[in-house]
Amino acid sequence: MSFVPPFDSDSLGDAAAPTWRSLLRRHLLRGRGAAPSAAHSATWPVLGALLRDPAAIVGLVLLLALLGVALAADWIRPGDPLDIVSAPLLRPFTDPAYPLGTDQLGRDIAAGLVHGARVSLLVGMTAAGVGVSLGTLIGATAGYFGGRVDAVLNWLIEIFQTTPSFLLVVVIVSITQSSLEVIAVVIGLTTWETVARLIRAQFRALLSSDFVLAARSIGFGHRWIIVREILPNALPPVVVTASVMVASAILMESSLAFLGVGDPNKVSWGSMIGGGRDMLRSAWYLTVIPGLALVATVFSLNLIGDALIEAMNPRLRGRVVP
Amino acid sequence: MSAVLQTAATSPLLEVEDLQVSFGSHRAVRGVSFAVAPGETLALVGESGCGKSTTALSLLRLLPANARVSGRIRFGGRELQSLDEAALRGVRGNEISMIFQEPMTSLNPVLSIGEQVTEVLRRHQGLNRWTARARAIQLLDRVRIPEPQRRIDDFPHQLSGGQRQRVMIAIAMACQPRLLIADEPTTALDVTVQAQILELLRELGREFSTSLLLITHDLGVVGQWADRVAVMVGGEIVEAAPTGQIFSAPRHDYTRGLLGASLRLDSSLHCRSARLPEVRVVAGAGGPPRYLLETRALAAAPAPLPDAAQPPLLSVQELRTVYRGAPGGGEVAAVDGVSFDIRPGETLGLVGESGCGKSTLSKTLLRLLKPASGRIVLDGTDIAALDERQLRPYRGRIQMVFQDPYGSLNPRHTVFDMLDAALRVHGVDSRDERRRRIVSIIDRVGLPAGAVQRYAHEFSGGQRQRIGLARALVLRPRLVICDEPVSSLDVSVRAQILNLLAELKDEFQLATLFISHDLSVVKYMADRVLVMHGGRIVEEGDGQSLWERPQHPYTQTLIRAVPNPRFDAIPSRIAG
Repeated sequence: MSFVPPFDSDSLGDAAAPTWRSLLRRHLLRGRGAAPSAAHSATWPVLGALLRDPAAIVGLVLLLALLGVALAADWIRPGDPLDIVSAPLLRPFTDPAYPLGTDQLGRDIAAGLVHGARVSLLVGMTAAGVGVSLGTLIGATAGYFGGRVDAVLNWLIEIFQTTPSFLLVVVIVSITQSSLEVIAVVIGLTTWETVARLIRAQFRALLSSDFVLAARSIGFGHRWIIVREILPNALPPVVVTASVMVASAILMESSLAFLGVGDPNKVSWGSMIGGGRDMLRSAWYLTVIPGLALVATVFSLNLIGDALIEAMNPRLRGRVVP
Repeated sequence: MSAVLQTAATSPLLEVEDLQVSFGSHRAVRGVSFAVAPGETLALVGESGCGKSTTALSLLRLLPANARVSGRIRFGGRELQSLDEAALRGVRGNEISMIFQEPMTSLNPVLSIGEQVTEVLRRHQGLNRWTARARAIQLLDRVRIPEPQRRIDDFPHQLSGGQRQRVMIAIAMACQPRLLIADEPTTALDVTVQAQILELLRELGREFSTSLLLITHDLGVVGQWADRVAVMVGGEIVEAAPTGQIFSAPRHDYTRGLLGASLRLDSSLHCRSARLPEVRVVAGAGGPPRYLLETRALAAAPAPLPDAAQPPLLSVQELRTVYRGAPGGGEVAAVDGVSFDIRPGETLGLVGESGCGKSTLSKTLLRLLKPASGRIVLDGTDIAALDERQLRPYRGRIQMVFQDPYGSLNPRHTVFDMLDAALRVHGVDSRDERRRRIVSIIDRVGLPAGAVQRYAHEFSGGQRQRIGLARALVLRPRLVICDEPVSSLDVSVRAQILNLLAELKDEFQLATLFISHDLSVVKYMADRVLVMHGGRIVEEGDGQSLWERPQHPYTQTLIRAVPNPRFDAIPSRIAG
């Protein structure tokens, strides 16, 4: 489209001439939730922008590979990864049956790695899921209703914000059973406050926007306004945060396992690193291999998170496609 | 096609030749040529997206990196386009300076205004800290900031919008530039402040013999303040002439259209007796687009004024709305004892400047806010004290049209979802009935039927305002509150929306509370007018006498401050 009709003509496509001003305006309006792109659904342009970003593609490929490995763990390395299968301390690439070698008890490192991927991703997603749901619920309630409700919930948010969450997880896991499910939920329960603060701020800002006033003046109830009017516009920053929360939950689970308070019946990357640390000099690969897996996972999630920030920012997206 | 301006007898200060700017495949400016003589005020007039701001920004190479600029820009004998970045920085803010529309964002909020003024003086004139500060105080005094010695250490948020724009002017004039580019300098300001700022700009221009390139959409401002006018549309200058000639004998169809579609306070048009002329763009086959000015006849005989003896539809009595948590711990009454009636079918205009309480009043009438005291009697029921549940049946009877067509529609919903949900919550249970009503109202506000499946961001500003009207009217309200419904629209679109509003008002027998800061718009629309100031109604009058014989001093100030072209029928120029 090369000519912008100066008038409000009835052809509908004219609205989105990408002058720098309109791009700027869209960027400025983003805080109030005006959608950025000319496409029908708000999710597709984001995906499109992600697929044009090399960093995001690297992150997505890594993450999908991990997901594939985690899902196919029983097929790649059947049986319990905690079983002793061979002589201890086989170096990697010496025995074709155990390409990554064995640990000090003779357990297959490759089996630990693929089953550990399952544990890590499961914990990461569950924890992030719990954290985002709880944070959204509390943040939305506090932001929407304001007043005394907000004061009380804010106080709750501050308690969790100021408590060292890792210590809290260690304490809770130590006094309850340390099963994987409990660990995942507890991590979620201690990290929701980030989401809650984000959602609360978004709700405070969107609450005074004209389209919310219009919805109130039509007579919609609170639930409709929260769920249908405000929430969809408040979610983009939360999506970004969620990807980082998955990464930090994986790290937290690994740290728990490293310290020995993880689930003793499940192999996790953290427990592998923890088990191998005594032999760091003689058998470095016991710690380095699961360590690399951990780094790759967290790295891929952070790449996706960074790319999402750009993809969801219409001004930055405009840079990719003029 | 671009008209090259006649240069004055002296050699021009700024000469732009065949300026082209494109962003990717979008050509924003297409071969613009103009000249500014020393001491002259040239107005670049056009509607949003016409390329006027892009033109201004390209002069000082302030466009984003993806812009491609070509053409010659000669300023004081130098070719600006061939200067390197360092040399250009010596020109920016020193010989050519700029002020922008938004005084809120163009000052840095974490630096005191003194630092921001002295910064320029130290950078361009090499003054030391103390002489720069002394000069800054002089400058602030010159732009009439009260108590400059004390205010110089204030931060931007401590100043009003008008004062911030004065500080911007002080910064722009600090080095006594030869050219000042003002991009919509008063659009964000109230009308009385606008008059003061423009007067100040003219004074300073004379004093420092600075030329002014004034970029604006407001023809009233142009008519009163500019020496010459260049009209831009679609990236081209279609007509350039002395201001008098533009107003009295416009040659180009588009200029004629703009003038016809804009409202003036000294005209006596009223929506009950005449529609506004609308500009239509007709794409020429291969050639440039043509512009047609057309005035639709009234559908029926001029609608009579509503019967004064009828009982009021809405009666507001001693309404007070307060905000708590004011600085100092007290409460502020934004609406302070307001009483008025609106009869069925009547249009009541409400004028006032920002902060006068008019938006708070409209939110209170909609019961989005709870009044502290007073009564809001709608159809015989006092809705002032009802709770949310009791209010629901009354919600459909008062609806609102908002100012900002970008913020008032939820970007995540299609038009259909928006209207459908509104009907559902008001108990229209039949799916077919809802669909029928949606299609009919969308057609009535002049949108194509396919529009219902689209999202708000796919529409232009005027179209969004039509959607806003559809959303308000689909519930068949008795009263519509229009809060600045056209103030963020371009002149030509404004005429279309006002005409549509006038037609719908007749057709649906709507009573309207029409709120605006733009007096000419209120004069065209309203049967009766309220003037609001400081939370109170200071004057009430019928559609004629208020404009001719304003009683209250505040009303008189307001009317005097409205920019009016010096040309045409009545020479109504402000003294000074």
